Amino acid sequence: MSFLEMENVSVTLGDTAVLEKISMRVEEGEFVSILGPSGAGKSTLFRLLTGGLPLQGGRISFGGEPLAARKNGFAFMPQRDALMPWRRIIDNLTLGLEVQGTRRREARAKVMPLLADFGLEGFADHYPAQLSGGMRQRAALLRTVVLGRPMQLLDEPFGALDALTRIQMQRWFEARWQKARWTSLLVTHDIREAVALSDRIYVLSPRPARVIAEFAVPIPRPRLVEAPGAQAHAIESELLETLLQQTREHP
Amino acid sequence: MLPAPSRVVDQIVQNRALLWANTIPTVKATCAGFALSLSVSFGLSVALDFMPRLRRALFPIFVVSQTLPLVAIAPLVVLWFGFDLTPKILIVALVTFFPMLVALVDGYEATDREIEDLMRSMGASRLQVFRSARLPSAMPYFFAGLRISITYAVVAAIFAEYVGARAGLGIVILNAKNSFRPDLVLAAVVISSLLTLCLFGCTALLQRVVLGWRDVEGHR
Ligand SMILES: Nc1ncnc2c1ncn2[C@@H]1O[C@H](COP(=O)(O)OP(=O)(O)O)[C@@H](O)[C@H]1O
Ligand SMILES: [Mg+2]
Repeated sequence: MSFLEMENVSVTLGDTAVLEKISMRVEEGEFVSILGPSGAGKSTLFRLLTGGLPLQGGRISFGGEPLAARKNGFAFMPQRDALMPWRRIIDNLTLGLEVQGTRRREARAKVMPLLADFGLEGFADHYPAQLSGGMRQRAALLRTVVLGRPMQLLDEPFGALDALTRIQMQRWFEARWQKARWTSLLVTHDIREAVALSDRIYVLSPRPARVIAEFAVPIPRPRLVEAPGAQAHAIESELLETLLQQTREHP
Repeated sequence: MLPAPSRVVDQIVQNRALLWANTIPTVKATCAGFALSLSVSFGLSVALDFMPRLRRALFPIFVVSQTLPLVAIAPLVVLWFGFDLTPKILIVALVTFFPMLVALVDGYEATDREIEDLMRSMGASRLQVFRSARLPSAMPYFFAGLRISITYAVVAAIFAEYVGARAGLGIVILNAKNSFRPDLVLAAVVISSLLTLCLFGCTALLQRVVLGWRDVEGHR
């Protein structure tokens, strides 16, 4: 049985069918991406996993149990960084630990040694507004990672960054991921990003979202140190074709 | 005929003992009334935030309470509670309570949904979400409401005194008017304006402490 399994998951919000019979799986240690157009329902899928929405139809199991039985399985990184503007970076980073009941001092002691690795050394006492977009994103990621949860859910983590910063962040992220091998589910609408980071990719249709294709990406890592090779290009074109075909059918 | 500013200043200096003695009851009524309205509106706002159905039921009633004309209500309150401090406190509270409640309730609603989703994904309870996300999000709204209400508060206190009291700036104004002393009326008005400015300054100071994070570079 897979680490995370969704079977025929459907969600209707108001009168809008958002997810339609979504089935996916993620193995332990695997990096899986969900690629789909904006407004398809990707963030909604994450809200379902993190308990923001009740399960309406279908089945989700996590670590061999029904999702409802597993508390605190996911570390979630929301689409915008969702840093609290009134908290200093260090206090943003310890938020999750505090919620779990860790004392502030212990939480800080746990986070401080990780700052350097995330390029945040010397910025612990800054407010989020004083940081660059890339730094804020790294802070949001560290806030997620520090919880030590079995699986990461990343909702378009690099979507708001300018092109250059985004590539730098992706490289940095790939190196970081190779060390830690977090089981991850990444939502993105950036084809290149999906191919660069994933072991497997699910492609969603426009809303109501269905899984229309599944791609494996058997390219050795690191993939972002050099320019993408022929194999990556081939997968990228195929993905693009799949997505464009969809929008042609649903203009 | 408007007395010259120099004459008004002159009156303030000459009547400083009288003005000072009558400023103190007004300050007391303003501060106590405002404290009452703050604690009630905060307590109620928390209750309403946790019980949206209660909010829908009670909000119309609060709105109605705001439509009552103060000129009619104030004499009744004085009639029921006498000439002491109590009716003034109640009138100040009545006038300032609603803007504070609305500011807080709107402020909670303005919380970034992604921050709430994030906290819930961390396993936070409803109370933790309130304390760490909704309450801090409401602070800018709270202070906007506070600055408006504090100016209403002084006016309400003086009006309440005017309707019936033993002492206070409202009484000074009433007596001066009755004895045709516009210079003394204006002297009391100047004092009440200074009082308002003073309280306004206090809220601004408090805001700088609580919302200090908004003053860092990068904001605005
Ligand atoms: N509470 C809601 N009621 C009705 N429709 C909603 C609600 N929340 C989101 N939606 C709709 O669901 C769709 C999917 O939203 P979302 O999951 O954020 O998309 P994505 O993350 O893929 O861009 C959007 O088209 C949005 O309009
Ligand atoms: Mg989204």
